[in-house]
Amino acid sequence: MPRLKLPPPPLPKVLLPKPKRPGQDNGAALNPVEAGITVVDWIDERTALSPAIRWTLFRKVPRGINWAYTLGSATLFAFLNQAVTGVFLAMYYRPDPAGGAYESVRYINDSVFLGKLVHGMHKWGASVMIILIFLHMGRVFFYGAYKYPRELTWVIGVVLLILTLAMGFTGYLLPFDQRSYWATIVGVNINGTGPFIGPFLSDFLRAGPEFGATTLSRFYSIHMLLIPGAMAALIGIHLYLVTKLGITAPPWLRAQTEKDTAVEAEILRSEV
Amino acid sequence: MTAAVHGAGGIAAAAFTLPALGFALAPVFHETSFNWQPVGPPVDFPSDTYVTKVITIVSGIGEAGKSIAYIRARNPAIDKEPEDQYNRFIALSSRCMHLGCPVRYVEAAQRFICPCHGGVYDFRGLVAGGPPVRPLDRFYTRMNNGLVEVGPRYSVNSELRRFSPRDPGEPLDGIGQYLYPARISTPAPPPGG
Repeated sequence: MPRLKLPPPPLPKVLLPKPKRPGQDNGAALNPVEAGITVVDWIDERTALSPAIRWTLFRKVPRGINWAYTLGSATLFAFLNQAVTGVFLAMYYRPDPAGGAYESVRYINDSVFLGKLVHGMHKWGASVMIILIFLHMGRVFFYGAYKYPRELTWVIGVVLLILTLAMGFTGYLLPFDQRSYWATIVGVNINGTGPFIGPFLSDFLRAGPEFGATTLSRFYSIHMLLIPGAMAALIGIHLYLVTKLGITAPPWLRAQTEKDTAVEAEILRSEV
Repeated sequence: MTAAVHGAGGIAAAAFTLPALGFALAPVFHETSFNWQPVGPPVDFPSDTYVTKVITIVSGIGEAGKSIAYIRARNPAIDKEPEDQYNRFIALSSRCMHLGCPVRYVEAAQRFICPCHGGVYDFRGLVAGGPPVRPLDRFYTRMNNGLVEVGPRYSVNSELRRFSPRDPGEPLDGIGQYLYPARISTPAPPPGG
């Protein structure tokens, strides 16, 4: 017997399966739907994941939410787009400063099937992600959603913003054309103007006092392994906090009085 | 027991974290070397204009490792800094001291102009205008086997006093030389330089 108790999917009535008539299909033969449920049940019995999934996906949201509340998810999808296209770009990219990097990017654009599209999605997706982050940040700020108890969610979001900008900085070098090279020289030198540690930070970024043989591979490693790993972990914590604390109602909604709650409870009771 | 387990866990984590960190940070503490490069006989270099020479700063990475030196013979009438064996030829780096873009020498104006943010340097490489914080870097030069050779880079303050090479954007006048200390990674100056 299936123990899984997920709410029914929000399908229109015509698409919902008809309830069985008495006596019809009494379970003698295993139908495909039942088989699927059995498999899911088998996994759930061993992992007990269904409460976690229910907790994550089927949660209460306040009244009055609008499309601006989807900007966080939009940013998440922009991140996933960057992750997926980036992984596949890495199949063709070669971090070789002696001309190989530039040639490999040119090969991706000119010769690989859909290469221009995947590269373009990664390049323009980066800008889209930055724009979405700032829109999301603006929504959170102007709705006052950063306030107690959601300060930590905000702080992690700011760290994610900084990491995303670092992704932009390290990714900019990788095509290794004139623009990439000189922009990176300028960027590293801006880092170097920080007093006392600046010069050493520049040395760390360049792997030496000059733009050298391992600078490009260093940027590549930071761009595709170090920062994405940190970002994925922080996005996980960010989403956990969003789920744990719930989302805020829009600020123009008046607070619920005890009377409202009583009326609502009465309506719920009558529906049940 | 608990302490032993925690300690063992800490040691195990440190065993892979510390070497990895050291691996990433090593270039900051590793002194690089620089080879003297011949750029031509002394007759090639007049004292009233600059000759452009391409030198290799980092070998093995093709064009990305090359840089431009603007070279001329020392002219005692305008070069007032003390003469020694390393500045009989003046070799200026094309690296702008604002943020590192490549400057070009404009013959008609006898100025070095930076394309990025409008830095301007006079004939001696001193700042004539714009955002740069100090004069153009220089290279040590020497005569060897009848050829002019270019050696390691050095930085100068506005009085053309020599400092170990600093990155662009780091002033060397007044407090600047203490805010931006010398790095371990830069090539050592030649003896007496």
